[in-house]
Amino acid sequence: MWIYEKKLEYPVKIKKTNPALAKLILTQYGGPDGEIGASLRYLSQRFTMITPQAKATLNDIGTEELAHLEIIGAIVHQLTRDMTPEELKKSGLDAYYVDHGVGIYPANASGDPFTAAYLQSTGDPKVDLYENMAAEEKARITYEYIMRFIDDPDVMDPIRFLREREIVHFQRFGESLMYVQEELANQKVFPIENNPCSNKNCSD
Amino acid sequence: MRYEKDFEMEKIMQLDFALVDLGLYLNTHPEDDYALNLYNKIAKKADMCRMNYEKNFGPLCSFRSYCNTNSWNWINNPWPWSEKSNFNLNPA
Ligand SMILES: [Fe+2]
Repeated sequence: MWIYEKKLEYPVKIKKTNPALAKLILTQYGGPDGEIGASLRYLSQRFTMITPQAKATLNDIGTEELAHLEIIGAIVHQLTRDMTPEELKKSGLDAYYVDHGVGIYPANASGDPFTAAYLQSTGDPKVDLYENMAAEEKARITYEYIMRFIDDPDVMDPIRFLREREIVHFQRFGESLMYVQEELANQKVFPIENNPCSNKNCSD
Repeated sequence: MRYEKDFEMEKIMQLDFALVDLGLYLNTHPEDDYALNLYNKIAKKADMCRMNYEKNFGPLCSFRSYCNTNSWNWINNPWPWSEKSNFNLNPA
């Protein structure tokens, strides 16, 4: 289960409205390399992960991504305060506004709704960890692309924090992969499970 | 402008973040006694700050909170996504 804490992982206090920037940053809420996809990916993969180290890593990074989702939501929410119709039209957020008003909706920067097709959960511990390392790199580069459009330090500060977290997560998934590879190598010498359809390997 | 509450919250955020990051590190380095010691030290400090904050400014959690529960303060504004509950770490 989860427990909610009434605070952000990193503070977000934005003074200047900027719907054009909100439109771009929204992709980290519900886009292909966004935070909800990351969280769902890791929390779903947990069930068939092997080794205590890799299970804990998926569990805890999947949880931290939910905190990142909240930070992105707060950024978009604060960037879209008190918009004038002219501002909206100029920003390109007008189409989103017609569909969602000033609500926070999981979509990418072009407005396409979030889809689970952005992520995989293969049941193979090694394959899933490779996917996750790639996912963290994709999230990092997306943050870097976004940063090119930010001139407000109030926005840059939390975005920089989120980008750095992707680097740490990438590192931890790499270490988890080493534990998994070691475990799989040991299993080859002493096969404990011959049925490829069984998930006995990951339960203990 | 930053209030007393913000400075207390910043302390908690800093300590809690250190715990999140150290926790991830310990997941893949569970035998690192130096990191484990550090984790325990920071956890103690974070708990003290949390107690102090919750007693003065209300609950951070809807249960297991240190604050007085004679009235249900959990629903009180502001919520974390509001600009009002936040502050700039590096005021320009
Ligand atoms: Fe991440």
